Amino acid sequence: MNIIQELLFVVALGVAIYLFARKAAQIRKNILLGRDVQLNDRPAERWRNLLLLAFGQKKMFRNPLVAVLHFFVYAGFIIINIEILEIILDGIFGTHRLFAPLLNGLYPVLIGCFEVLAVLVIVGCATFLIRRNIVKVKRLAQHELDGWPRSDANYILITEIVLMLLFLTMNTADQALQQHGHEHYIATGPFWISGQFVPLFSGLSDTALVAIERGCWWMHILGVLAFLNYLPYSKHLHIILAFPNAYYADLRPKGKMENMPAVQKEVQLMLQPELAADEPPADGIPKFGAKDVPDLTWKNLLDAYSCTECGRCTAACPANITGKKLSPRKIMMDTRDRAEEIGAQVAKTGTFAEDGKALLRDYISEEELRACTSCNACVQECPVSINPLHIILQLRRHLVMEESSAPQEWNMMFSNIENNMAPWKFSPDDRDKWAVEMNA
Amino acid sequence: MQVKTMAEYAASGETPEILFWVGCAGSFDQRAQKITKAFATILDKVGVRFAILGKEESCTGDPARRAGNEFIFQMMAQNNIAVLNGYEVKKIVTTCPHCFNTLSNEYPELGGNYEVIHHATYLQQLIDEGKVRMKEDGGFKGKKITYHDSCYLGRANNIYEAPRKVLEALDAELVEMKRCRSNGLCCGAGGAQMFKEEEKGSTRVNFERGKEAVETGAAVIASNCPFCMTMLSDGVKEQGKEDSVQVLDIAELIARQLD
Repeated sequence: MNIIQELLFVVALGVAIYLFARKAAQIRKNILLGRDVQLNDRPAERWRNLLLLAFGQKKMFRNPLVAVLHFFVYAGFIIINIEILEIILDGIFGTHRLFAPLLNGLYPVLIGCFEVLAVLVIVGCATFLIRRNIVKVKRLAQHELDGWPRSDANYILITEIVLMLLFLTMNTADQALQQHGHEHYIATGPFWISGQFVPLFSGLSDTALVAIERGCWWMHILGVLAFLNYLPYSKHLHIILAFPNAYYADLRPKGKMENMPAVQKEVQLMLQPELAADEPPADGIPKFGAKDVPDLTWKNLLDAYSCTECGRCTAACPANITGKKLSPRKIMMDTRDRAEEIGAQVAKTGTFAEDGKALLRDYISEEELRACTSCNACVQECPVSINPLHIILQLRRHLVMEESSAPQEWNMMFSNIENNMAPWKFSPDDRDKWAVEMNA
Repeated sequence: MQVKTMAEYAASGETPEILFWVGCAGSFDQRAQKITKAFATILDKVGVRFAILGKEESCTGDPARRAGNEFIFQMMAQNNIAVLNGYEVKKIVTTCPHCFNTLSNEYPELGGNYEVIHHATYLQQLIDEGKVRMKEDGGFKGKKITYHDSCYLGRANNIYEAPRKVLEALDAELVEMKRCRSNGLCCGAGGAQMFKEEEKGSTRVNFERGKEAVETGAAVIASNCPFCMTMLSDGVKEQGKEDSVQVLDIAELIARQLD
């Protein structure tokens, strides 16, 4: 490889890393638009979650067949990165198959393993394309995926297949050149998969083979760098964010709702007015619940960016199953879209000014929020520890406490609890009527 | 039997072993009152000294909190905690998974720290300790029973086995619905849905669940929650099976078979 190619490679690598880092920093900023919340307790359990849920993909195995295919793609992605390391080093130093002389007989075994994984990745991605576009599995064909989300998913799968094919073709051409005794292509021993296809290239000249090998090498690595930069604009970002998201997952029982200390204090002063004298004056009027993205926690926003729109939440949601508008996946997609919108404005003007829009109503309707039974099925299902319910409940708090917006039946329930200490209109005196009957 | 209140215990200088937290549904809803009475009967028969709060009990605030009204929740919670702490309550057993969840998960940070047990777990303990004994030729022997996981006992608090162990004591044939345990389908009542009409959709959640439960061919659908009870009973009715399929709380099942 000549010096110009090396230079081009280093420039491409540098630009790709720079662009990715810039976009990653922007996403980090967007996530930190959310309010602060402490999620650093019990580190041992958090590391355990990271290992089991993110690294081990434990929850994916609730559906074993899909889990195995997904694991192929995932393992392929991670392990083939070792090969990418060799490719990058070759690119920088102008070497060819830098690891081959170091590993000797082990090298073709290693590449053979990568090739098996590459084939498994192709099988996995092809199956996923079929499930999305031909079988049309319900959760992968629902209307909230219309447009960009559906294309996004297909682009990712097709790109992964193409990258793997380039890798295999490159290896085939390489071995054909080795057999021709081309001086630059040192003998490595046959590779398991691509080795089977060498006869296909037998009629080609050295020049043609070098062109194929180099062409595939360049397209593969440029494809990988382009894909890296596609990630932050895509649902595929979950391959990175699933890890921190598992670490920061809520460790408390799923039934527990977040406390509101401001309301707790206010009610406390109402019930025990004598405490008010010692109370420092409150600074500002507290906001109740969430109307827009900055009212949510940073974990809610990390959730939104971690979502890969698989729809396991929506497929398990009793409201969605019975035809209601609510879809937990859409809650996450809306949150991410709104975070992107606000983030873009902040990046441009340096601050977030009212833009006449909000997550509530412009993205998520009251009808969706009202349909939730707080059953936690969506939280249970999510393989990457996303909690759509937390967002729903915060938006509900805003509706009721900031806007007094509730169905009439809920308002009656509220007043029954307040006046009769029960959600129905019964006399509190009758609360122990059943006991009186038993005692009689 | 005599059901005594905390006030009566306090007046006589005695302390009960447990406080039976009845909940609003268990107190006022006619169908749920039967669950309350069944559980009180079991406690009495086993000889557990229990008390109720009686008129001093209030809604835990669960439906208000989940609908979004934190103020009502805090008012209820702080009043209840004042009453409970006033009686120095240590151990609470409740027949409602919503009350169970709120009392055990949400009251501690407001100053209410108690050992809270759902009656499914408590019944399992009584059976394991040999305190609850079933009739030899039990009426449910060999009968098909399917168990509906309530969301607030199951996913919310990871209690799946205790209620099933209780049902095993009946010598019945336990058949599972396809969606069970952590995959269980909600009855449709949680998150304050019990108190309002459902949003527009293709069907009701309880109809969907009722259909699934009936399709198991079970003669009894066992529940652990007064709200699931209402929803599932309506779901079974919608299937036209109210004469052949009974919806019963695990406390009722045990109470009927007490030796």
